Amino acid sequence: MLYALCFLLFTIGLYCAVTKKNMVKIVIGIMVMEYAVNLFLIMLGYRMGGVAPIIGRSDLESGLGGFVNKSVDPLPQALVLTAIVISLGSLALMISICVRTYEKYGTFDITQIRRLKG
Amino acid sequence: MAVFYILLLFMIIAAIIAVETDNLLSSVICVGAIGFGGSLIFLFLRAPDIAITQIVVEVLGLIILIRATISRDRTFITGDREFFGMVVSIVIIFVIFLAGMKVFETLPTFGTPIFATVGDSASQAYISEGMQKTGATNLVTSVILDFRAYDTLGEATVLFTSIIGATVILRRKAKKLPEEPDQ
Repeated sequence: MLYALCFLLFTIGLYCAVTKKNMVKIVIGIMVMEYAVNLFLIMLGYRMGGVAPIIGRSDLESGLGGFVNKSVDPLPQALVLTAIVISLGSLALMISICVRTYEKYGTFDITQIRRLKG
Repeated sequence: MAVFYILLLFMIIAAIIAVETDNLLSSVICVGAIGFGGSLIFLFLRAPDIAITQIVVEVLGLIILIRATISRDRTFITGDREFFGMVVSIVIIFVIFLAGMKVFETLPTFGTPIFATVGDSASQAYISEGMQKTGATNLVTSVILDFRAYDTLGEATVLFTSIIGATVILRRKAKKLPEEPDQ
Protein backbone atom coordinates (compact mmCIF):
# COMPACT_ATOMS: atom_id res chain seq x y z
CA MET A 1 0.00 0.00 0.00
CA LEU A 2 2.86 2.39 0.79
CA TYR A 3 4.50 1.33 -2.47
CA ALA A 4 1.27 2.24 -4.28
CA LEU A 5 1.20 5.72 -2.73
CA CYS A 6 4.84 6.18 -3.72
CA PHE A 7 4.01 5.17 -7.28
CA LEU A 8 1.06 7.59 -7.26
CA LEU A 9 3.56 10.36 -6.46
CA PHE A 10 5.65 9.20 -9.44
CA THR A 11 2.64 9.28 -11.78
CA ILE A 12 1.75 12.81 -10.62
CA GLY A 13 5.25 13.89 -11.64
CA LEU A 14 4.95 12.05 -14.97
CA TYR A 15 1.58 13.72 -15.67
CA CYS A 16 3.09 17.13 -14.91
CA ALA A 17 6.10 16.55 -17.17
CA VAL A 18 3.99 15.28 -20.07
CA THR A 19 0.96 17.59 -20.19
CA LYS A 20 2.11 21.01 -18.93
CA LYS A 21 3.12 23.86 -21.22
CA ASN A 22 5.28 25.78 -18.78
CA MET A 23 8.99 24.88 -18.88
CA VAL A 24 9.48 25.32 -15.13
CA LYS A 25 6.46 23.07 -14.51
CA ILE A 26 8.15 20.35 -16.57
CA VAL A 27 11.29 20.69 -14.45
CA ILE A 28 9.11 20.45 -11.32
CA GLY A 29 7.51 17.27 -12.64
CA ILE A 30 10.94 15.70 -13.17
CA MET A 31 11.91 16.67 -9.61
CA VAL A 32 8.76 15.03 -8.19
CA MET A 33 9.61 11.84 -10.08
CA GLU A 34 13.12 11.90 -8.57
CA TYR A 35 11.71 12.23 -5.04
CA ALA A 36 9.35 9.30 -5.62
CA VAL A 37 12.08 6.99 -6.94
CA ASN A 38 14.49 7.82 -4.09
CA LEU A 39 11.75 7.22 -1.53
CA PHE A 40 10.81 3.89 -3.11
CA LEU A 41 14.40 2.62 -3.03
CA ILE A 42 14.81 3.53 0.63
CA MET A 43 11.47 1.87 1.45
CA LEU A 44 12.63 -1.38 -0.15
CA GLY A 45 15.47 -1.64 2.39
CA TYR A 46 13.42 -0.78 5.49
CA ARG A 47 13.07 -3.42 8.18
CA MET A 48 10.15 -3.17 10.57
CA GLY A 49 11.47 -2.00 13.92
CA GLY A 50 15.00 -1.74 12.56
CA VAL A 51 17.80 0.61 13.56
CA ALA A 52 19.91 2.97 11.45
CA PRO A 53 23.05 1.33 9.96
CA ILE A 54 25.38 2.98 12.47
CA ILE A 55 27.23 0.72 14.90
CA GLY A 56 26.99 2.02 18.45
CA ARG A 57 29.05 1.21 21.54
CA SER A 58 26.46 -1.21 22.94
CA ASP A 59 26.45 -3.18 19.66
CA LEU A 60 30.23 -3.52 19.82
CA GLU A 61 30.13 -4.80 23.38
CA SER A 62 27.42 -7.38 22.68
CA GLY A 63 28.94 -8.54 19.39
CA LEU A 64 27.81 -7.79 15.84
CA GLY A 65 25.58 -10.88 15.46
CA GLY A 66 22.49 -9.16 16.83
CA PHE A 67 23.17 -6.01 14.81
CA VAL A 68 23.04 -7.92 11.51
CA ASN A 69 19.50 -9.04 12.30
CA LYS A 70 18.09 -5.61 13.16
CA SER A 71 19.89 -3.07 10.93
CA VAL A 72 18.20 -1.64 7.83
CA ASP A 73 19.84 -2.08 4.42
CA PRO A 74 22.83 0.31 3.98
CA LEU A 75 23.32 -0.33 0.24
CA PRO A 76 20.25 1.52 -1.16
CA GLN A 77 20.96 4.37 1.24
CA ALA A 78 24.48 4.79 -0.16
CA LEU A 79 23.28 4.69 -3.77
CA VAL A 80 20.37 7.08 -3.15
CA LEU A 81 22.83 9.49 -1.53
CA THR A 82 24.66 9.57 -4.88
CA ALA A 83 21.40 9.99 -6.80
CA ILE A 84 20.24 12.95 -4.68
CA VAL A 85 23.47 14.89 -5.32
CA ILE A 86 23.32 14.14 -9.06
CA SER A 87 19.69 15.35 -9.16
CA LEU A 88 20.92 18.73 -7.89
CA GLY A 89 23.39 18.95 -10.79
CA SER A 90 20.77 18.05 -13.37
CA LEU A 91 18.35 20.57 -11.82
CA ALA A 92 20.96 23.33 -12.19
CA LEU A 93 21.50 22.39 -15.85
CA MET A 94 17.75 22.31 -16.66
CA ILE A 95 17.08 25.62 -14.90
CA SER A 96 19.95 27.32 -16.72
CA ILE A 97 18.44 26.16 -20.05
CA CYS A 98 15.07 27.61 -18.92
CA VAL A 99 16.65 30.95 -17.96
CA ARG A 100 18.45 31.30 -21.29
CA THR A 101 15.28 30.41 -23.18
CA TYR A 102 13.37 33.07 -21.25
CA GLU A 103 16.02 35.66 -22.09
CA LYS A 104 15.76 34.83 -25.79
CA TYR A 105 11.99 34.40 -26.23
CA GLY A 106 10.51 36.28 -23.25
CA THR A 107 8.25 33.41 -22.17
CA PHE A 108 8.29 29.99 -20.54
CA ASP A 109 5.52 28.69 -22.80
CA ILE A 110 6.89 25.86 -24.93
CA THR A 111 4.21 26.30 -27.61
CA GLN A 112 5.45 29.86 -28.22
CA ILE A 113 9.05 28.75 -28.72
CA ARG A 114 8.97 27.84 -32.39
CA ARG A 115 11.95 29.58 -33.93
CA LEU A 116 14.59 27.04 -33.02
CA LYS A 117 17.73 28.62 -34.44
CA GLY A 118 21.08 29.35 -32.89
CA MET B 1 3.43 2.83 10.48
CA ALA B 2 0.77 5.55 10.49
CA VAL B 3 3.40 8.27 10.28
CA PHE B 4 4.49 6.98 6.86
CA TYR B 5 0.94 7.24 5.53
CA ILE B 6 0.50 10.75 6.94
CA LEU B 7 3.78 12.03 5.50
CA LEU B 8 3.21 10.38 2.10
CA LEU B 9 -0.31 11.84 1.86
CA PHE B 10 1.18 15.24 2.75
CA MET B 11 3.72 14.83 -0.06
CA ILE B 12 1.04 13.78 -2.55
CA ILE B 13 -1.21 16.72 -1.67
CA ALA B 14 1.74 19.11 -2.00
CA ALA B 15 2.60 17.54 -5.38
CA ILE B 16 -0.97 17.98 -6.65
CA ILE B 17 -0.96 21.65 -5.59
CA ALA B 18 2.48 22.16 -7.17
CA VAL B 19 1.26 20.66 -10.44
CA GLU B 20 -2.11 22.38 -10.66
CA THR B 21 -1.56 25.93 -9.38
CA ASP B 22 -1.08 28.70 -11.92
CA ASN B 23 1.27 30.83 -9.85
CA LEU B 24 4.81 29.61 -10.48
CA LEU B 25 6.27 30.88 -7.18
CA SER B 26 3.73 29.00 -5.04
CA SER B 27 4.38 25.94 -7.18
CA VAL B 28 8.10 26.18 -6.34
CA ILE B 29 7.28 26.55 -2.63
CA CYS B 30 5.11 23.41 -2.81
CA VAL B 31 8.13 21.56 -4.26
CA GLY B 32 9.97 22.64 -1.11
CA ALA B 33 7.15 21.14 0.96
CA ILE B 34 7.52 17.82 -0.92
CA GLY B 35 11.27 17.81 -0.33
CA PHE B 36 11.11 18.54 3.39
CA GLY B 37 8.30 15.98 3.85
CA GLY B 38 10.58 13.50 2.09
CA SER B 39 13.41 14.42 4.42
CA LEU B 40 11.18 13.70 7.46
CA ILE B 41 10.09 10.36 6.03
CA PHE B 42 13.75 9.40 5.43
CA LEU B 43 14.38 10.13 9.11
CA PHE B 44 11.55 7.78 10.13
CA LEU B 45 12.84 5.14 7.68
CA ARG B 46 16.11 5.05 9.71
CA ALA B 47 18.21 6.81 7.07
CA PRO B 48 19.71 9.87 8.83
CA ASP B 49 22.45 10.44 6.21
CA ILE B 50 19.87 10.70 3.43
CA ALA B 51 17.74 13.06 5.52
CA ILE B 52 20.64 15.47 6.10
CA THR B 53 21.69 15.41 2.43
CA GLN B 54 18.08 15.88 1.33
CA ILE B 55 17.72 19.03 3.47
CA VAL B 56 20.94 20.58 2.08
CA VAL B 57 20.09 19.70 -1.54
CA GLU B 58 16.52 20.93 -1.05
CA VAL B 59 17.64 24.36 0.16
CA LEU B 60 20.09 24.73 -2.75
CA GLY B 61 17.46 23.54 -5.26
CA LEU B 62 14.89 25.99 -3.91
CA ILE B 63 17.39 28.83 -4.30
CA ILE B 64 18.03 27.78 -7.92
CA LEU B 65 14.31 27.44 -8.70
CA ILE B 66 13.40 30.78 -7.11
CA ARG B 67 16.25 32.46 -9.02
CA ALA B 68 14.68 31.13 -12.21
CA THR B 69 11.10 32.21 -11.47
CA ILE B 70 11.31 35.46 -9.51
CA SER B 71 10.84 38.77 -11.37
CA ARG B 72 9.93 37.02 -14.61
CA ASP B 73 6.87 38.98 -15.69
CA ARG B 74 5.16 36.40 -17.93
CA THR B 75 5.10 33.36 -15.68
CA PHE B 76 1.31 32.93 -15.77
CA ILE B 77 0.50 30.46 -18.53
CA THR B 78 -3.07 29.23 -18.67
CA GLY B 79 -4.52 26.37 -20.63
CA ASP B 80 -3.12 22.93 -21.36
CA ARG B 81 -1.94 21.38 -24.58
CA GLU B 82 -4.46 20.23 -27.16
CA PHE B 83 -7.26 18.03 -25.87
CA PHE B 84 -6.66 14.80 -27.79
CA GLY B 85 -2.99 14.46 -26.88
CA MET B 86 -3.75 15.15 -23.25
CA VAL B 87 -6.44 12.44 -23.08
CA VAL B 88 -4.10 9.93 -24.73
CA SER B 89 -1.28 10.74 -22.30
CA ILE B 90 -3.59 10.43 -19.27
CA VAL B 91 -4.80 7.02 -20.49
CA ILE B 92 -1.21 5.85 -21.02
CA ILE B 93 -0.18 7.06 -17.54
CA PHE B 94 -3.18 5.21 -16.04
CA VAL B 95 -2.17 1.99 -17.83
CA ILE B 96 1.39 2.41 -16.50
CA PHE B 97 -0.05 2.83 -12.99
CA LEU B 98 -2.10 -0.39 -13.27
CA ALA B 99 0.94 -2.30 -14.57
CA GLY B 100 2.96 -1.00 -11.62
CA MET B 101 0.29 -2.27 -9.23
CA LYS B 102 0.72 -5.76 -10.71
CA VAL B 103 4.49 -5.52 -10.22
CA PHE B 104 4.16 -4.50 -6.56
CA GLU B 105 2.31 -7.78 -5.84
CA THR B 106 5.53 -9.68 -6.55
CA LEU B 107 7.56 -7.61 -4.05
CA PRO B 108 7.81 -8.63 -0.39
CA THR B 109 5.57 -6.65 1.95
CA PHE B 110 6.76 -3.39 3.46
CA GLY B 111 9.05 -3.97 6.44
CA THR B 112 10.54 -7.30 5.35
CA PRO B 113 13.49 -6.45 3.07
CA ILE B 114 14.79 -8.88 0.48
CA PHE B 115 18.37 -8.84 1.72
CA ALA B 116 17.37 -10.30 5.09
CA THR B 117 15.79 -13.41 3.56
CA VAL B 118 18.45 -14.13 0.93
CA GLY B 119 21.46 -15.57 2.66
CA ASP B 120 24.95 -14.34 1.74
CA SER B 121 23.78 -11.12 0.06
CA ALA B 122 26.02 -8.10 -0.47
CA SER B 123 24.21 -5.97 2.11
CA GLN B 124 24.64 -8.59 4.82
CA ALA B 125 28.35 -8.78 4.05
CA TYR B 126 28.60 -4.99 4.31
CA ILE B 127 26.82 -4.98 7.66
CA SER B 128 28.76 -7.82 9.22
CA GLU B 129 32.24 -7.10 7.80
CA GLY B 130 32.20 -3.36 7.07
CA MET B 131 33.41 -2.49 10.55
CA GLN B 132 36.49 -4.72 10.45
CA LYS B 133 37.36 -4.02 6.81
CA THR B 134 37.05 -0.23 6.72
CA GLY B 135 37.05 0.91 10.34
CA ALA B 136 33.96 3.09 9.87
CA THR B 137 31.11 2.70 12.34
CA ASN B 138 28.69 4.37 9.91
CA LEU B 139 28.06 1.65 7.34
CA VAL B 140 26.69 4.05 4.70
CA THR B 141 29.99 5.93 4.78
CA SER B 142 31.93 2.70 4.49
CA VAL B 143 29.90 1.73 1.40
CA ILE B 144 30.14 5.05 -0.46
CA LEU B 145 33.77 5.80 0.39
CA ASP B 146 35.34 2.35 0.42
CA PHE B 147 33.35 -0.55 -1.06
CA ARG B 148 31.82 1.48 -3.89
CA ALA B 149 34.23 4.39 -4.13
CA TYR B 150 34.19 4.35 -7.93
CA ASP B 151 30.49 5.25 -7.73
CA THR B 152 31.39 8.34 -5.76
CA LEU B 153 34.10 9.23 -8.29
CA GLY B 154 31.52 8.95 -11.08
CA GLU B 155 29.12 11.08 -9.08
CA ALA B 156 31.72 13.84 -8.76
CA THR B 157 32.40 13.60 -12.51
CA VAL B 158 28.70 13.95 -13.36
CA LEU B 159 28.31 16.86 -10.95
CA PHE B 160 31.26 18.80 -12.41
CA THR B 161 30.13 18.07 -15.97
CA SER B 162 26.67 19.47 -15.28
CA ILE B 163 28.15 22.55 -13.61
CA ILE B 164 30.41 23.12 -16.66
CA GLY B 165 27.34 22.77 -18.90
CA ALA B 166 25.35 25.27 -16.84
CA THR B 167 28.26 27.74 -16.90
CA VAL B 168 28.59 27.49 -20.68
CA ILE B 169 24.85 27.90 -21.21
CA LEU B 170 24.58 30.91 -18.91
CA ARG B 171 27.62 32.72 -20.37
CA ARG B 172 26.58 35.94 -22.09
CA LYS B 173 29.46 36.47 -24.51
CA ALA B 174 31.37 33.90 -26.48
CA LYS B 175 35.12 33.85 -25.90
CA LYS B 176 35.80 33.93 -29.63
CA LEU B 177 34.04 35.87 -32.38
CA PRO B 178 32.30 33.77 -35.05
CA GLU B 179 34.49 35.12 -37.85
CA GLU B 180 37.74 34.20 -36.14
CA PRO B 181 39.28 30.98 -37.45
CA ASP B 182 39.73 27.93 -35.24
CA GLN B 183 43.19 27.29 -33.91
